[in-house]
Amino acid sequence: MTLTVPRPAIRRLTAGPAATLGDHLSVHGELPDMSGEALIDAVEGAGLRGRGGAAFPTARKLHAVAASNRSAIVVANAAEGEPMSAKDSRLLANAPHLVLDGAVLAARAVHADEVVLCIRESAVRAWEAVERAVAERDAAGELPVVARLVATPATYLAGEESALVRFLNGGPAKPTFIPPRPYERGVARRPTLVQNVETLAQVALIARHGAQWFRSAGTPEDPGTALLTLSGAVEKPGVYELELGAPLADAIAAAGGATEPIRALLVGGFFGSWVEDPEQAGTDLGLGAVALLPQSACPVAETARVAAYLARESAGQCGPCVNGLDAVAGALASVARGAPYAAVAADLERWRAIVPGRGACHHPDGAISFVTSALNVFAREFADHGRGGRCSRCSRPSVLPIPASSPIARAA
Amino acid sequence: MTDGRAIWYLSRGTGVVTLILLTATVVLGIIDQQRWSSSRWPRFVLDALHRNLSLLVLCVLATHVATIVMDSFVPIRLVDAIVPFGSSYRPVWVGLGALAFDMLLAIALTSALRVHLGHRAWRIVHWLAYAAWPVALVHSLGVGTDNRSTWMLAIAGVCASGVLAATWTRLGGTTSGEQQQPRQATVSQ
Amino acid sequence: MSVELHVNPIACEAHGLCAELFPEGIVLDEWGYPIVDERPLPDELVEHARRAAAACPTLALKLRTSGRDGHRTRVQRAPRPIRSS
Repeated sequence: MTLTVPRPAIRRLTAGPAATLGDHLSVHGELPDMSGEALIDAVEGAGLRGRGGAAFPTARKLHAVAASNRSAIVVANAAEGEPMSAKDSRLLANAPHLVLDGAVLAARAVHADEVVLCIRESAVRAWEAVERAVAERDAAGELPVVARLVATPATYLAGEESALVRFLNGGPAKPTFIPPRPYERGVARRPTLVQNVETLAQVALIARHGAQWFRSAGTPEDPGTALLTLSGAVEKPGVYELELGAPLADAIAAAGGATEPIRALLVGGFFGSWVEDPEQAGTDLGLGAVALLPQSACPVAETARVAAYLARESAGQCGPCVNGLDAVAGALASVARGAPYAAVAADLERWRAIVPGRGACHHPDGAISFVTSALNVFAREFADHGRGGRCSRCSRPSVLPIPASSPIARAA
Repeated sequence: MTDGRAIWYLSRGTGVVTLILLTATVVLGIIDQQRWSSSRWPRFVLDALHRNLSLLVLCVLATHVATIVMDSFVPIRLVDAIVPFGSSYRPVWVGLGALAFDMLLAIALTSALRVHLGHRAWRIVHWLAYAAWPVALVHSLGVGTDNRSTWMLAIAGVCASGVLAATWTRLGGTTSGEQQQPRQATVSQ
Repeated sequence: MSVELHVNPIACEAHGLCAELFPEGIVLDEWGYPIVDERPLPDELVEHARRAAAACPTLALKLRTSGRDGHRTRVQRAPRPIRSS
């Protein structure tokens, strides 16, 4: 394992304490009075891209919603369905005012008079912090919009843009397929800007310090910083702020290093890919959640568990997804239980070919991509599993965070 | 007088034929819903048969209504064929016929405009078929002047058993059907 | 101007009439759901594709006429060739 000298921690989003209005202002300063157009220009100059996983250019989204010229609505997305990720709820708990700043700025830019803050129902601390922050601002007369807090179900798909809009319109938190797109007609048939809360916080910083400042960190293609959730066999699991493009080894060093020898890292949450060498992976914008899998864990069992979870979390609306992910999860579970991989290899290859791209959202695509990555990186373990009888490493508790089986996910 | 009798026979005949064709349409509709098919009877054939037969029902039904109205023997006006229970002649039985006619008309119109109405609206109105058929049956048994004749009762009996058998499979005796069907995603909202 | 077939995966209930009527461009997977070739259709097949779309009991299968820019489905994916072109 190479020795890395960690750079001094960069503190933009994580500067603090900044939970109260007073602290927030003393850490970040006053919010400048900017016109909507000036804000969009600054965001465009900064090259900010969404921090919710899709990495969509934020300025383009702002333009699209603002272009409709009707009364819009801003949705701050902290539904955070990804179990490996805690950055959104942590950000809200520690710096709610930064997110509110961003939401208010965005509202002005897109002609919105209402902000809906969507928070995962299990993120109690985040909820309380936002409630307090909204009340503080209201009392200080610093709330030029109507602010509404909504608790979202803790399902994997709840944060998907169309699913969230559908949920806010009174429907289930499941993706839609037919138009219109949210930026044209979303919540209450108004043009809707859906933005991850970290993105909004970055907008608030750009408004204060400018596009050039934002670009002073990160790379030209991926400027700025991002929040990363580290879990698994790491000394201090948690949320860290890192420059984009920095090697993943920096993040691990910041978290105190690995607790034991590592087999691989899962980069990008449950839709991500497995990486064996942390030096080779950079901190990019695919959902910033990384888990360290120690050599003492069984990659076959871990993969099978995640596949089963993703199958459970299917919205249940599309046949190829429901059936395909169930079939894949079943095959992987049988290998985890001791069946030879050769018995399911042909089936798995067929499902990997016919399932992606045939659902209404990217859920089946992401799940298959995860499984494909696991089968490639852990080819040896899959081939060998069960050959020597029961796998001794299967019985250890799960390293990857799998929520307890929730039967409501598909029915809700 | 011969003309009058001809129209009278035509009106009763088309009524009976409508009932028989409607029965066949309903049974085909249920078979379609159950997703039954074979190599000689693929789904698209049964589906098209159901749709085309229903159009035939409408044609024969239109003739039935027209001849009833034209016939001077019974004082049924055109409006009585469409607005139920307003006729002076056997208001209840004629009214039931008008009711069945209205429901079938609604089903036909929504089916013709399905592309514009969307699947959900079409489906809700289509459920009326389960009401239209028994209403038509009761109408034919009550209003007909030969409703006590053997052949009429026999026809009604065959039709009824056909629909009952099909409905029974619809309601639950489909364990083998379920195993054949692919795993369903939840029905779209 | 090109004509393409697209299926709404949420509306689709695997009735399978489309594959019966248009085997050149639609095959059913092992669960009965259609794998649709979404590439532009050759002229001689358009009528068959139209008939397949009209026969769909849930109106999930639709024909789309796109101009130079083309309409894009929500899920960006490479068209899945079924027939050898």
